Amino acid sequence: MLKLHRTIESNSALLIFGILIVSSIGGFVQIVPNLFDESLHKGTENVKPYSALQLTGRDIYIREGCVGCHSQQIRPLVAEVMRYGEASVSGEHIYDRPFLWGSKRTGPDLARLGGKYSDKWHKLHLNDPRSVVPQSIMPAYPWLAKNKVSTKDITAKLELLQWYGHPYTDAEIKQAKQAISGKTELDAVIAYLQVLGTFR
Amino acid sequence: MDKNSYYTDSATVFLLFCTMIWAIIGMSAGAYLAAELVMPWLNFDIAEITFGRLRPFHTNAVIFGFGGSALIATAFYSVQRTCHVRLFSPNLAWIVAIGWQIGVAVGVASLLMGYTSTKEYAEFEWPVDIAVAIVWVSFGVVFFGTLATRKIRPIYVSNWFYGALIIVITMLHIVNNLAIPYSWMQAYPVYEGAQDAIVQWWYGHNAVGFFLTAGFLGMFYYTLPKQAGRPVWSYRLSVIAFWAFVYTYIWVGPHHLHYTSIPDWLMTVAMVMSVILILPSWATMLNAVMTMSGAWDKLRTDPGMKFVVVSMIFYALSTFEGPMLAIKSVNVISHYTDWTVGHVHSGALGWNAFVTFGTVYFLVPKLLGTSELYSKRLANIHFWLALMGVLIYIVALWASGVAQGIMNLSIDDYGQLNYSFVDIMLVTIPYHWMRLTGGLMFLSGALLMTYNLYRTYAASKCNLPVLVKIPKVHPGNEI
Repeated sequence: MLKLHRTIESNSALLIFGILIVSSIGGFVQIVPNLFDESLHKGTENVKPYSALQLTGRDIYIREGCVGCHSQQIRPLVAEVMRYGEASVSGEHIYDRPFLWGSKRTGPDLARLGGKYSDKWHKLHLNDPRSVVPQSIMPAYPWLAKNKVSTKDITAKLELLQWYGHPYTDAEIKQAKQAISGKTELDAVIAYLQVLGTFR
Repeated sequence: MDKNSYYTDSATVFLLFCTMIWAIIGMSAGAYLAAELVMPWLNFDIAEITFGRLRPFHTNAVIFGFGGSALIATAFYSVQRTCHVRLFSPNLAWIVAIGWQIGVAVGVASLLMGYTSTKEYAEFEWPVDIAVAIVWVSFGVVFFGTLATRKIRPIYVSNWFYGALIIVITMLHIVNNLAIPYSWMQAYPVYEGAQDAIVQWWYGHNAVGFFLTAGFLGMFYYTLPKQAGRPVWSYRLSVIAFWAFVYTYIWVGPHHLHYTSIPDWLMTVAMVMSVILILPSWATMLNAVMTMSGAWDKLRTDPGMKFVVVSMIFYALSTFEGPMLAIKSVNVISHYTDWTVGHVHSGALGWNAFVTFGTVYFLVPKLLGTSELYSKRLANIHFWLALMGVLIYIVALWASGVAQGIMNLSIDDYGQLNYSFVDIMLVTIPYHWMRLTGGLMFLSGALLMTYNLYRTYAASKCNLPVLVKIPKVHPGNEI
């Protein structure tokens, strides 16, 4: 074995090749079969693509880095289901590009947030979290109410998602600009938050 | 003068300068984030410095700015010494050095502006991803070009690790960032939902594995034997540990997704491989400790070496804690809590930053052609500040994380949840103050170090770069 290694370590091309092969095996086995695993890519009964306004809100959620403190993934554990709602399943997430499961709960999980609070509550909360939850350590997002959403990219976004296979009709894409114009970023984020968890 | 008979270190000097600048920028951002957690009004309602945007700025600035600059600098330095040859294309090396700074600077600035792909440690958007990939491949050309033109037949062990860093990071970066743009700055990924999660954590954990572990092990395998003045204890062990490491690490990503909506077999495989990973990690640690035997007395006089030796202890600690956290029944408590953040920092501060500090203290006097640092005393103060800082930090987050995890799962005799989310959050606040204190101590250590290095430079009165002649290869080792 050591003799073989003396050959490998005397030849930089062999070393490069060796590292490449040895390091690809694990990723290959874990990623490639899943690309063809239908159960992973099949939607639940209720899953729907995000509307133009919800998608715009989702991209603002991404822009502000909400995922840094809020997960969207409920584990199948008794306490977790009691606290947040039914456990997450992969079929709910087939229109999530990128996925927003998160890895840290500095704030609570949001996977089943939709419908739990009124739009009015969300407005107050995003503007000044401590006005509704006095102990909250969430930052305030007052600019969301002031900014109008950008309509610039929405058509291109929906066309790209349609190309990926998300079932948008041509009419929906055509009306997208109109559907979101004049809305504030706050409206869009709330529209997104209110749809969370309704796809199961 | 035949310049081919001298090493070329100017790009290394520049990169080490950038390393310290990034340390200050990245760690300051980290300390500010820690402060925001206890004083949420600290964002002053400014979007750019709000937690969600500043957090990826911090992680990318320390990993790719601080860590990346240090890795490229030390790779350029050590690959020449271990190959007895001048860098392959010093001009390209300069392009890599400057290109990396521009790429990371533009990248982290765009994160503050809200351009993010949100995938952890791969947040840069597609134009930055492409620029960074080109610079990274050029780094590979310089590195492997130097290996190919070396004058010594065997390739030294540090270079295997740097090689693995370059190759595997290229693969991870490209596959994970595959996306189709919808505008000049933004894109949607080709993977969706659960598939995206699987690919992301294959990347995410191996960015830790190959950027923050393989790369820094390369740095370590060069620095420690040099400081100790002794060869690596067991060549055979380093061979086995290297290949076991490269093979095993790549499997463990899905342990970040325990109990989530991905196939069960992935979690099981990742858990088993994570536990196996203790073996190559501790083999390396053992090799390091044994390399030190007979040279322990140098710890009394060499502050740089203290950093490197303690980095090995934190390496051992993190590579034990990591596999434990990857076991499902432990992960069920630790996942989503501060424990994970504490674990990352025991690795990133205790291992990565310590080995970097030790190496930079070792290299800077050499690069300046002097024998001593401006002040060993300051370096010793830095050592104790950093050590106390990281210990306070991780102990605080252990306590906070375990409390969060257990309270989250706690149910009373009647089947009701014992604690609301706010109850759990309130428990963490004193620990978050403690963590802020530890972080500030670590940051002030880095500031002291920068001052010390600056004074060392000012006192040396040298004309950079100092030329070092390439020595003759030992007979019998020629290529």
